[in-house]
Amino acid sequence: MNKLYEKYIKTDSLPTLFCPGCGNGIIQVAAMNAMEDLGIKDEVACVSGIGCSSWIPCYYKLDVMHTMHGRALAFAEGLKLAQPDKKILVFTGDGDCLAIGGNHLMHAAARNIDLTVVMVNNYIYGMTGGQKSPATPKGSVTKTSPFGSIDEPIDGCKLVSALGASYVARWTTAHPVQLAKAIAEGMEHKGFSFIEVLSQCPVQAGKSVFGEKDPAAIMKRYKEGTYLYKEGGEPVEGKIPIGVFKHDTNAEEYIERVERRLRDQGIERG
Amino acid sequence: MEEKSSKTTEVILQGNEACAMGAIYAGCRFFAGYPITPSTEIIEMMSSEMQKCGGAFIQMEDEIGSACAIIGARWGGKKAMTATSGPGYTLMQEAIGFAAVTETPIVIVNVQRGGPSTGQPTLSSQQDVYQARYGSHGDYEIIVLSPSSVQEMYDFTIKAFELAEQFRTPVILLADEVVGHMREKIEIRDGSKQIKSVKQKYVVSPQEDFFKGANTLVEGQLHDDKGRRIGHLAGRSGDFINNINKKISDNVDVIADIDTYFMEDAEVAIVAYGSVVRPAINAVKKARKVEDDRVTTKFKILKDIFVKGIPETFETDYSHLKVGLVKVNTVWPCPEELLKEATKDAKIVIVPEMNVGKYVHEVERVLKDKKVIAMSKCGGDIHTPTEILDEILKEAGIDE
Repeated sequence: MNKLYEKYIKTDSLPTLFCPGCGNGIIQVAAMNAMEDLGIKDEVACVSGIGCSSWIPCYYKLDVMHTMHGRALAFAEGLKLAQPDKKILVFTGDGDCLAIGGNHLMHAAARNIDLTVVMVNNYIYGMTGGQKSPATPKGSVTKTSPFGSIDEPIDGCKLVSALGASYVARWTTAHPVQLAKAIAEGMEHKGFSFIEVLSQCPVQAGKSVFGEKDPAAIMKRYKEGTYLYKEGGEPVEGKIPIGVFKHDTNAEEYIERVERRLRDQGIERG
Repeated sequence: MEEKSSKTTEVILQGNEACAMGAIYAGCRFFAGYPITPSTEIIEMMSSEMQKCGGAFIQMEDEIGSACAIIGARWGGKKAMTATSGPGYTLMQEAIGFAAVTETPIVIVNVQRGGPSTGQPTLSSQQDVYQARYGSHGDYEIIVLSPSSVQEMYDFTIKAFELAEQFRTPVILLADEVVGHMREKIEIRDGSKQIKSVKQKYVVSPQEDFFKGANTLVEGQLHDDKGRRIGHLAGRSGDFINNINKKISDNVDVIADIDTYFMEDAEVAIVAYGSVVRPAINAVKKARKVEDDRVTTKFKILKDIFVKGIPETFETDYSHLKVGLVKVNTVWPCPEELLKEATKDAKIVIVPEMNVGKYVHEVERVLKDKKVIAMSKCGGDIHTPTEILDEILKEAGIDE
């Protein structure tokens, strides 16, 4: 077993419950690389919700809270306010984050509170067996959209950018190096960092979204079906932008705002 | 529970304010909440006070988020509380179950209003007494305290934090609009109490706070002492459920608390909790002809002048009526043995409640050999002492 894995993974909890070919392993390693690059393992705690991707941190040798469906961000905000000097890394999925947890996402982004969120987007509810999620492309035939999904998919990156998240990026499991770099950037950034990862669920999304179950083929699509976002650049028709969409170092973070207001009002901090 | 040595100050406070003050004294250093009538004064007070004592405050986007945030903060090492009412309390139920299964010590205040649904935002009720016990899905035990005065809003909040830490469980302060909004003179203690968060042997979940190097895994699925899931294993899951429930059900004698008034020779017992204790004790005093101390000492002369001539002063002498009151402070777990002992000589038990008659079923279950009578009052008004006295007279077979 490689040294990084030994340092970060509770081997007595293995095997993971991920299906063969799942993208979660790539994301798990990318986040480990990010923490290792920054040398901040002791300063990090993880929080996750419910769904396949929320199991990612449960195998880490870290303090981890595996919470309720949709509520990871609310738990994380409480933890962050209790330990403002620590780094909180949140793992969530497209259903967990954009559907049931949408309200918490909106408000955490608007607060620009210093959390790093990795939203794993596999376009489907995997754990429950392949139902439509808020990210499922229009027309996809899933277990709960038997005649084709009629809802316009929600773009999490656009949503949090509009609300005030100060670091926003999207990568895919076919870009593990860039993904690790983005997670590291997000954790170094003081403010709400949102990193969407397009991931493969060969079992469920493979069937209903991509029409093929080969994880390598889905990852190849992520390579070919995306283009690198550049500010002011033209969007590429039919392709998904990836890269860093926003990195605003001037935006004031939530806890900093609280402290400034207390100082301005002359209120003595106990 | 009280620290006799610490200095006290007399103040006039509203019940909700007293609750906030009690929490701060108990070491609460994180509050998350969402405004809702009739509990809003608690979040208002916490918004200004929490940061002054070194804590943190956040107004969340809803009550679900509030309940989750306090659990997060508690694992971050801060004693934490939220407060709500009616619909907000319903929204918190899933998080209460999460706190129960992860054995997280938190305090949740429910200042009850009338329901169902939006119901009666400004009026009082005791309709949530079963939701407080059974509100979240699944099998769990929980501790619920019911204050009946502003002093108890203060004292029971402190006690809630102590019990939460001692049993590593969510504790509910089940108040209501009457005690939440009334103002009384109370004694508050100076300084801050150090409630120790000691590791408990009977707890089955990981207990070490975050950032202590323990790699704590807080897991909502049934789990082992390392936090690893066992929810897919039937046998071990059964043991887990029994263990987290036993820590409360085996310690009812430590947790349960009642007060008794005139129960020594009582043949008729009133069992009450929360603000209904107040008219109940007045009814007992009337039946026993015990004058209120404050009336006799300070206002006796005034009373003689103003009250003379009013029929009430010529009322029948009920001093032969053997009526007593059992005031239930910990509604859950039900103080079964204490109730049985206190009412052992009583033949009739009257349970006045501001609901359709809920806790009376629990009293019936415990006191099987007694005649247990529900005295339900719905609509938002608290029982009057006269109403309770009339019920006593009716049950005692006294025709007026």
